[in-house]
Amino acid sequence: METVTSSGKASVTLPTDTQILITREFDAPRHMLFRAFTEPELIKRWWSGERGKVTSVEVDLRVGGRWRYVMVADRRFEVAFHGTYREIVPDERIVSTELYEGAPGATEDDATVNTTTFADAGGRTKMTTLVECHRKEIRDAIIASGMEGGMQEAMDKLEVVARSLR
Amino acid sequence: MARAATTTDAFNAVAEPRRRQILDVLARGERPVNDLVERLGLDQPQVSKHLRVLRTVGLVEAREEGRQRIYRLNGRPLKPIHDWLARYERTWSERFDRLDEVLEDLKREEEGDGNGDQ
Repeated sequence: METVTSSGKASVTLPTDTQILITREFDAPRHMLFRAFTEPELIKRWWSGERGKVTSVEVDLRVGGRWRYVMVADRRFEVAFHGTYREIVPDERIVSTELYEGAPGATEDDATVNTTTFADAGGRTKMTTLVECHRKEIRDAIIASGMEGGMQEAMDKLEVVARSLR
Repeated sequence: MARAATTTDAFNAVAEPRRRQILDVLARGERPVNDLVERLGLDQPQVSKHLRVLRTVGLVEAREEGRQRIYRLNGRPLKPIHDWLARYERTWSERFDRLDEVLEDLKREEEGDGNGDQ
């Protein structure tokens, strides 16, 4: 699609040893973001990004209710995540746990707590997702698991990283 | 999960705020120890202890110049973290680009079909 991304790029930082922060601005009002994050048919359309196809989305949108997303990556393997909703403020905020089912030996205690907020930004919406891990080891494990692909982005601006780890 | 000893793991080495501060200072250029002591407001033994940890994981390197020991940053051990961040960021950017399309459809849906905005 040719659309110029007026919304910009997702930004990811590591604010503390146990957190991952994702932010992005969208050219749409908050209630639409909330719909796109909570309606299964809509989630199916974006959640896998370019990495595969979403095969199942279950959403029981109430406090204590479960969610589970499954995608097939590269037509080869299934990747599933699930969690429980802890707080739901329509059009504003969703707090839920998240656990990657493929992590060896992972228990529910290893789930992260993700807080997604939608804030007005002059007709647009600023989305923020804070991923909080119980322990630094879990954050590191998330990072380590993402490195298995052995990707070699040739970006050597490492000082920038040192600062972003603050 | 086994916890890697601080001294063998760059992730753990940068988990300490003072050590990140040292890296920040060194990111701007190499510095003698005295300079670091002054900037950080710590005493020399503390700074030396942090520098030792950073040297062990290869995040800083030292050279002698006269009677001074000059430290400089070596960012290479941070590359895995950087690579991961870059990839994670790309994954989310790809998701959100798709989400943009979903949102465009929602706008059309809510505005009604009469609005031939396309």
